[in-house]
Formats: sequence, structure tokens, C-alpha cells
Amino acid sequence: MATDILMPALSPTMTEGALARWVKAEGDTVSIGDVLAEIETDKATMEVEAVENGILGRILVPEGTQDIAVNTPIAILVAEGEAVPDAAAATPAVAEPATATEEPAAQPSAAPATPAAAPLSAPQPEKDWGPTAEITVREALHDAMQAELRRDPDVFLIGEEVAEYQGAYKISQGLLAEFGDKRVIDMPITEHGFTGMAVGAALTGLKPIVEFMTMNFSMQAIDHIINSAAKTLYMSGGQMGCPIVFRGPNGAAARVGAQHSQCYGSWYAHVPGLKVVAPWSSADAKGLLRAAIRDPNPVIVLENEILYGRKFPCPVDEDFILPIGKAKIEREGRDVTIVTFSIMVTTALEAAEELAQQGIEAEVINLRSLRPLDTATIVESVKKTSRLVTLEEGWPFAGIGAEVAMQVIEHAFDWLDAPPARVTGVDVPMPFAANLEKLALPQPEHVVEAVRRLI
Amino acid sequence: MAAAQEKTARVGGNGPSLTREQFMDAFHEMLLIRRFEEKAGQLYGMGLIGGFCHLYIGQEAVVVGIQMTLKDGDKLITSYRDHGQMLAAGMTPRGVMAELTGRATGYSRGKGGSMHMFSREKNFYGGHGIVGAQVALGIGLAFANKYRGTDEVSVAYFGDGAANQGQVYESFNLAALHKLPCLFIIENNLYGMGTSVERASASHELWRNGEPWGIPGRRVDGMDIAAVHEAAAEAVAHCRAGKGPYLLEMMTYRYRGHSMSDPAKYRKREEVDQIRKTRDPIEHVRQILLDAGVGEDSLRKIEDDVKATVNDSAEFAQTSPEPDPAELYTDVLLEA
Ligand SMILES: Cc1ncc(C[n+]2csc(CCOP(=O)(O)OP(=O)(O)O)c2C)c(N)n1
Ligand SMILES: [Mg+2]
Repeated sequence: MATDILMPALSPTMTEGALARWVKAEGDTVSIGDVLAEIETDKATMEVEAVENGILGRILVPEGTQDIAVNTPIAILVAEGEAVPDAAAATPAVAEPATATEEPAAQPSAAPATPAAAPLSAPQPEKDWGPTAEITVREALHDAMQAELRRDPDVFLIGEEVAEYQGAYKISQGLLAEFGDKRVIDMPITEHGFTGMAVGAALTGLKPIVEFMTMNFSMQAIDHIINSAAKTLYMSGGQMGCPIVFRGPNGAAARVGAQHSQCYGSWYAHVPGLKVVAPWSSADAKGLLRAAIRDPNPVIVLENEILYGRKFPCPVDEDFILPIGKAKIEREGRDVTIVTFSIMVTTALEAAEELAQQGIEAEVINLRSLRPLDTATIVESVKKTSRLVTLEEGWPFAGIGAEVAMQVIEHAFDWLDAPPARVTGVDVPMPFAANLEKLALPQPEHVVEAVRRLI
Repeated sequence: MAAAQEKTARVGGNGPSLTREQFMDAFHEMLLIRRFEEKAGQLYGMGLIGGFCHLYIGQEAVVVGIQMTLKDGDKLITSYRDHGQMLAAGMTPRGVMAELTGRATGYSRGKGGSMHMFSREKNFYGGHGIVGAQVALGIGLAFANKYRGTDEVSVAYFGDGAANQGQVYESFNLAALHKLPCLFIIENNLYGMGTSVERASASHELWRNGEPWGIPGRRVDGMDIAAVHEAAAEAVAHCRAGKGPYLLEMMTYRYRGHSMSDPAKYRKREEVDQIRKTRDPIEHVRQILLDAGVGEDSLRKIEDDVKATVNDSAEFAQTSPEPDPAELYTDVLLEA
């Protein structure tokens, strides 16, 4: 049976091309793999190979022809002894291209940017967990891991110095003794490798906790966090979940210079397929880390070294856990909403105290979770206060504050009495000198100033 | 280290050969991959497959020979050049072809494409577009085998080009340090895109690249199914016995371009023709079978079966619907 040889698409972008040269002539016998012709595409000159055995019956498009559309018949292939049709009328080499591909049925651009901009549901009040005890953030993180390691044998902890050294920041103190070296595993300094390994294990259903000595070093492994952990569920059509936690101290420590002082909040919060939490208090740390470990998705836990030693009340209830995606109002107020996270909650509360002295009541929202963001709580608050100040340690450009402000503009523009304001780290790498470092980071007075400018 | 140094580069199979039935099966599998890939190339030419599409033509003996030594539960992971691996793993030609054409019936429901397909059922962990990433992920699969106390093995396939990635050596170290049951397969098809091994690697014996970590390695004629099978059987047994990782360098060749838009200026047409004529892995098996007295008609029947399967997959792919627009938003996160 005669078949048409069609002008092939030889690159992802090619729609037409030129027939530079026929290598085979009419009447030639061709077998699979033989070069038939040379075609010039938008990128290069390419060879067209035969995909079936036969005789080149007729050449329909002479060499030198320009602008031949993809799928135009260029020749007719016949079997031995078969008559050659005059023109392209034969069965195409495979089948008709499905119209679906030529005019995409599903137009993604026609779809809304977020599924059906759902009205925000009213924020739920926080569950009361009963009595609390003062513990450090370090203890809270430790207790969360201990509880989850006890609860689920598929959970394990890996990282540099997590086992024998008892944790570079002593978060994993004692865990090796209790759980053994099968479940609390020291890693060589090989973030790219061990992160990939942990992600691979998570794809099989294990639940690794990967401790980065600091989040700065997660840059060595960011490819696996984003390309391997965050995207695989989607790329697999829902088959391969990745239940994994990446945690470690984030943001500025003290006097450690530019490479050890950076906030990765907006980096990770940018990525669909990840969840990102940033605890401030001991209760945040314990409740969010437990939720992160139980979550079937990759969760980034952005801790803070300076907070590790601070004490906060934390519920003693053994089942205590917090939902990911819920912000907490740390202080109520009616005049301005300050939205912040992690150690900057302390700064915001200090600023609110100062503002109160001046007769301004600030509401302070501790985001707890950067992705998903609790837009409902923020918007509800701004509708009450009509003013927004965001506060973060990280850089201003494309930061968390930019996103929070945009959410407020989208959902509560008409309630705003003033443009939203941002207080952020200064847009420079972190300096070492004590005075410069202090100048680079937001202080309570910056927040007070920002608020006063709005009122 | 000793184990690695004792090994010399053995090219060709020294072990027991395959049975006639095994050769028949291998012929069938390899032909299926070859014809499937040719069909994929055709559909690409017609605009039915878009984007990147990396064909496995020429390398069939590698994956088929290795697969013959594996058992249920063993895990697989590879690069974007993954169609052959998936078919060998028992994933259906229909599901793979439908994914290549971006249809709802594909393995990833049209959301992964040629480079990103997975099958929980067949323990196929992708399909990865970042060169080298599958090696670190692959030791993670082996880590999981060990953690769960099974005797399952994980196979991580990667190219000669990928062998230059730092994470490959991080993975060698971790796998050796923790004695992970991971079989590393370097598919040395002589080029990473347009760069030959000599121009990319100061080590010209990739099978020895695991030596510093004591990972035993062998170079194998990847165009000879019996040689692949013999080496893989030894390597898999080593991993399964809890002795740690093993590295095989499969000397192979891809006949087609790196992807569909490869102008192929970095190698001579004669080089391709020469290998196709003298070392073709499928013709090699065909000859063995003919010599063993298998009739032309038996082989013809296999060819007809394969052709029908492949045509059916293409038909299925083309008549399947595109994913529902609502699919855009699903599978980003699992319900907590
Ligand atoms: C990290 C990364 N760098 C570059 C690329 C682009 N790229 C895709 S395939 C490839 C060549 C890989 O060659 P090899 O490992 O030999 O595998 P083969 O294609 O021969 O199977 C390159 C450079 C990529 N996908 N990922
Ligand atoms: Mg290669």
C-alpha cells in the first residue's frame, strides 16, 4: 500500500522548513533508517530517515523548495511492484494528526490564575489546648521529633551531626540513644547527595526529616527540593507523593556574615508543591513541626537560631499539634495590622508596645505558615484596621511582604485607608560589623516609624 | 578497593549463555522498544508529540538484559531517555504512548510527558529531566529497601554525560558508606548531547569511577544481550546479598539524535551506519535464534505481534482525550 512521506517536525518549534536536498532518487529502494532527504529547520540542517521499507515512488516536493508546512506530503513510498499514484492521495505514513493537537481544546490561559477565586472563609478560632509549660524552642523542636519518631517507624532523621554530635544546635540531643543509628543518621557533608537520597526514600513512602545545619546550605540541594520533591506528585499524575520535611535555622544569626545570614522564606514559598512554615514560639515550633512530619507533602520548616534558646509557654497535652496554613493573632488592635513571621514577631510585639504608649493599637499577626498563606486572617484584620504594615528580616524585592500586600490589595482594597508599607531587611548582603549588621535588620523603631507614617 | 581492582574490563559475556526461550523473549522485548520508538519518532514528526523526545533506539539490549535479572519489588529510576526502561518494566505501550502525546490516559494523565512518567505498580520511579538527579534519588530507593529490611535492589540508570555530575560521586560515597543495594548503570552511548566522552571526562574508564569508594565495576558490551545479562546477574546478586552497590558501564550507542532536534553534526553518518550494520543488538539476537534453528516464520510472527501492539498504542494515544482543564489544578498537594 502506498504511503505519503510527510514533511516532519524536527524540533519543538518548527512549523515549516526547506527541502535542502534529496539524498534518494525516485525508484530507489529504501530501508528503515536510510537518509531520504536533508531538511533545513529553524535551527539547523537535519536528515530525514525512512521509517518504513519500500521504494521511493514519487518525489512530490523538489529540492530547493522553501517554506514547506509540517505534515505536507513530500514523497510517496510504495511497495515492490506496486503502481505509483500520481499525487499525494495515499494513506499518510501514520494517521491523521488529531485535531486536538492543532487547536488545543483546553486553554489554560482562559482559566483563572487561582481556582475560581473562592471567597475567603472566615478565620476559625484557635483550639484551646489547656495547660502550658515554659519550654525553649529547642526543646519544642526536639520533643516534636521525638514524639513523631515514637509514633511512626517510617519517620527518620538525617543530617550533618544529628546523631553522635547530638545536633549542631542540639535539637536532636538524645535521639540517637533512643532510636538508634538506623533512624537517626549522620550524613557526610554532602547536601546535594543526601537530600536526593532522602527524597528518593520519601517517594517510596518513608518519611525523612532532613536537617540542614542551616538553611543556607539547602542551596546545595535546592534542585532536589524543588525539581524532585515538590514537582513529582504533579508530574506523576498523583501517583508519587513525597512525605518529607526539610528543616533548619533560617535567616540572620548573629555576626556570621553574608553567606550564613539569609531568609529563604520567599524562595521556598514561591514553589507550588511545597508547604513552608516559620515558627516563632515554642508552641509554634512543636505544633508545626509535628504537623510537618505528618503531612504527606514536602514541608520546609524555617527555624531561627536566635530563638532556639528562648522560652515560651507550650501546651503540655501529648496530642498538641497545629494546623499548617493558619496564622495566629498574637496581639489584638484596631488601628493597624502588622503581618510578620519567625523572630520578627518579637520585633513586631515590641513595636506594638511602643505604639500603645503613643495611643496606637496595633494588631500583630504571626503568619506561622508562609505557604499556604492564611489570607483570610490577614484580610479580616485589615478590614478592621484599614492599615497594613508587613515586617520581615529578608530582602524587600519579591519578598513575603510584597505577596501579603498584594493579597490585601486583591481582597480588601476598598478597606485600606493608606497604601500598605513594608519593613524589611536592607537590600544588601549581610555585613559582618556589629553596627552595620544592626542597621541591616529591621528594629522595632522602624516598625513604629512605618506605622506612624500611615496614621 | 581490592574487589574493584581485581576486576578487569571484561567485554562480552563469559558466563552461561541465555536459553533459547530467553533469547526469544529478549528478541520480543527489544523489538517492541525499537518499533515503539520508531513510532514515537513518526508521531513526533507529525506534530502529535511535542517538546523534548529522546529515543532509546540502539540501546535496547541494556535495559532488556538487566530487566531479565530483576524480580518483583526491585525499583527502577532513570533519566529522560526513559521509554525503553518503562516498556521493559512492564508498563503498557498504550499508557506510555498516551503520555507522550499528552493525553488523559497517559501514565501521568498527560501532566508529565516523555521525560516524566512513573508507575507505582511497576516500581518505576521516573523519568527525570535533571541530568544526574536520578542517581541520588536512586540511592534513596535503595536506602528504602535497606530501611525496610527487604532484599530488594534498586537500579539507577544514567548516561556518560551524567557521570560528570558531582551528585553522582556523592551518591557513590553514600551508597558505599551505607552498603546500599543500588546497581548503578552507566549507559555509555559515547555522547552527552553533542559532546563525546573524551571531550567531557578525564576518566575514560567510567566503570572504574567507583573505585575510590570500593564499588566493584565492570565494562560490558551493551549491544550483546547475553553479556549484559551475565554482568547484571552478577551485579544484582552482589547487591541483593547486602554487599553494597555495584557499577556497570554498558558500552552502547544511540542511533538517533540526542532528541528530535539534533542536527547530528558532531558525528559522522558512517559511524552510525557502521555500528548499525555490525553491532545492532536486535540483529545480533535474530542471528543467534536463526542459528539455533528458530524458523523465519516464528520471528516474523513476533514482528507482526509487536507491530500490532505498537500500532494499537499509537491509535489509543491519538484517540484518547486530552486531560480535562480541571486537571491543571489537581495533584499539586496531597490532602493532609
Ligand atoms: C542538570 C542538567 N544540565 C543540563 C541538562 C541538559 N541536558 C539534557 S540531556 C544532556 C546530555 C546528557 O547526556 P548523557 O548523560 O550521556 O545521556 P544520554 O542523553 O546520552 O542518554 C544535557 C546536557 C539537563 N537536562 N540537566
Ligand atoms: Mg550519553
